Amino acid sequence: MRLLLKGARVIDPASGVDGARDILIEDGRIALVDVSISPSEAGHTTVVALGPSLVVCPGFIDMHVHLREPGYEHKETVATGAAAAVAGGFTAVACMPNTNPVNDSASVTRFILKQAAEAGLARVYPIGAVSKGSDGKELAEMADMRDAGCVAYSDDGRPVATALLMRRALEYAGMLGLPVIDHCEDMTLAGEGVAHEGVHASQLGLRGIPSASEDVMVERDVVLAAMTGSHAHIAHLSTSGALRSVRAAKERGVHVTCEVTPHHFTLSDERLLAPLAYDTNLKMNPPLRHAVDRDALVEGLKDGTVDVIATDHAPHHADDKRVEFDRASFGIVGLETAVSLSLDRLVHAGIISLPRMVELLSTNPARILRVPGGRLQAGDAADLTILAPDLNVTVSAPAFRSKSRNTPFDGWQLRGGVAATVVGGRVLFVNSEVPGIAGLGRA
Amino acid sequence: MSEPAARLRGKDLLGIADLTSSEISLILDTAEAMKEVSARPIKKVPALRGKTVINLFYEPSTRTRTSFEVAEKRLSADTLNIAIATSSVVKGETLIDTALNLEAMSPDVIVMRHASSGACHLLARTCKAGIVNAGDGMHEHPTQALLDAFTIRERKGRLQGLKVAIIGDMLHSRVFRSNVYLLTKMGAEVWACGPPTLMPAGVSELGAHATSSVEEAVRDADAVMMLRIQLERMQGGFFPSLREYFQVFGMTPERVRLAKPDAIIMHPGPMNRGVEIASEVADGPASVILDQVANGVAVRMAVLYLLAGGGDDETAA
Repeated sequence: MRLLLKGARVIDPASGVDGARDILIEDGRIALVDVSISPSEAGHTTVVALGPSLVVCPGFIDMHVHLREPGYEHKETVATGAAAAVAGGFTAVACMPNTNPVNDSASVTRFILKQAAEAGLARVYPIGAVSKGSDGKELAEMADMRDAGCVAYSDDGRPVATALLMRRALEYAGMLGLPVIDHCEDMTLAGEGVAHEGVHASQLGLRGIPSASEDVMVERDVVLAAMTGSHAHIAHLSTSGALRSVRAAKERGVHVTCEVTPHHFTLSDERLLAPLAYDTNLKMNPPLRHAVDRDALVEGLKDGTVDVIATDHAPHHADDKRVEFDRASFGIVGLETAVSLSLDRLVHAGIISLPRMVELLSTNPARILRVPGGRLQAGDAADLTILAPDLNVTVSAPAFRSKSRNTPFDGWQLRGGVAATVVGGRVLFVNSEVPGIAGLGRA
Repeated sequence: MSEPAARLRGKDLLGIADLTSSEISLILDTAEAMKEVSARPIKKVPALRGKTVINLFYEPSTRTRTSFEVAEKRLSADTLNIAIATSSVVKGETLIDTALNLEAMSPDVIVMRHASSGACHLLARTCKAGIVNAGDGMHEHPTQALLDAFTIRERKGRLQGLKVAIIGDMLHSRVFRSNVYLLTKMGAEVWACGPPTLMPAGVSELGAHATSSVEEAVRDADAVMMLRIQLERMQGGFFPSLREYFQVFGMTPERVRLAKPDAIIMHPGPMNRGVEIASEVADGPASVILDQVANGVAVRMAVLYLLAGGGDDETAA
């Protein structure tokens, strides 16, 4: 089986390619990337002319999603989450362990991988718990989970509870060559907070989560990463102070990386007031921060301090959101809006280039998780994200593949979207709105 | 100040933040007419005859619930009270389900108190009935601010240009938020005073001067408003002891003397004598605390009348 994609703009930051290239896919792998590959020399080949308005990238990897299975299948399953991933342009996702039971053992890891294999959609990389039950006391069986397929460790949903546990986790994960991903929040400072501590939360009478609750924890992790020499990855970084810590740490060579979500680089906390006051689809943790923080994150995406765009895809049933603001669950879905938000808010806004966006969504997450992909190289699995950067997109939550609809972006009109998603040479998603892509759907 | 509005724009009263100064003037002027009703031998007008008002209280309340009920009865509305202990909430029904069930009985107005900020917004989006916020979490308590403003205006003849000191726990207080919005919209100068641990973030952006010096707040004030200090704030580590709180922030006769000679002393109740206010001050000649209670009925009558009253022919006066 051969597939030849012709004439698209190909962007692969890993090899420095940005220009018109043809890509030949053979038996699910990339066979050749070249300026012009003629169909004749390729033999029995399906040829799809994509044209220069489409952009072929190494498959996007969302390194922070919640797939809710096992335990919360009414919110999402591995299969529905993987379907949302491919519809959103992601060929792979890394799923957090805060399921029920927690993914703190190889048996749960293997169960998730089995569900992913049966779904046969996006690749799923489980993230194992740092501590048993993610309760912050004893280390989980990290080596066993790595051998079963885990790619990182995290107690996400909550921070790695104590400085001592974080130290031990970094030391042990360092031996295994995997990163510890931390949800940085000092729970004593955050208290019962539900919104960013600032004038807007004050106006609405919502309990505040101060920026300091994130800043002190990021600084703790930076200090411990420096001490242990291991790799700490900061999940969903949201404050200007935390960004400063990461920037300074990188300058002195500490192995720290970080990710930012599309909602944190798009929205800020004044949105809680209007157009819909107390919209529970604006409740997430970390909360939407001040506009100054959002602007700092945008700057970090531009200057290289931020390594990754990750969604923190957090599906919740409508019942968990149609309640009073302080009772509503934290989190929003993100898999099916991330690419359009990145194109519209970052690339078309003139803040970053398309190649930089590909770094943030593919090259860097692959490097941080040490997983295949993140590049277009002959012999690698053909995981491709094809973008239509000028497509006009209207976000439609009812049309999401995810089981959940909890997004504040429903109805938003954005410029740029996903044209198609290819995993292991299989075309798993084709956007019928995109002219000239139909041929790929029949491939 | 602008002329009073002809009517309120919305179907609900969710907070002072949503009102214009001319709407506030309209409510206060209407309340003057309503106050006259309460002075009559027959304290009743037919303005809400045939209208149904539900008082839905998810938090215990004596003063506010009674005040609303008296206001409703004086307007001839049919009223019923639902309190948390007798409601289906204990069985786990959601607020929206409760609202839809009540809505099915076609009430004209629902007056709600709830522990969650924004709960009245949720109710207002779900129901066709007018929603009156009787206090939502730490957000707003609009009728309290209106009755406070009515009381100040009654004594001072105006709000514009007055210095009002609010002293106590601003962080958790819906009374503070509604008052700072209302008083600043009407041209008064608000000083917020309390320990920094009980001051909300961005208090100056809300429109108040912030200080931890009770003397600075009270000096030359036209009105001094004390807020209730709750015992659990001490347990929460916001201040060391009630004894020390009274030493630093309590309203004593000595501190009252710093205010203007004709200053009034206010408290939304219930009071903690000897914690935020000395009994000599609470019971002293400058205290208007019981006037506030009386005016609460008139202000709530005005709000209910403006939201649910019939045509212009059915004026209260």
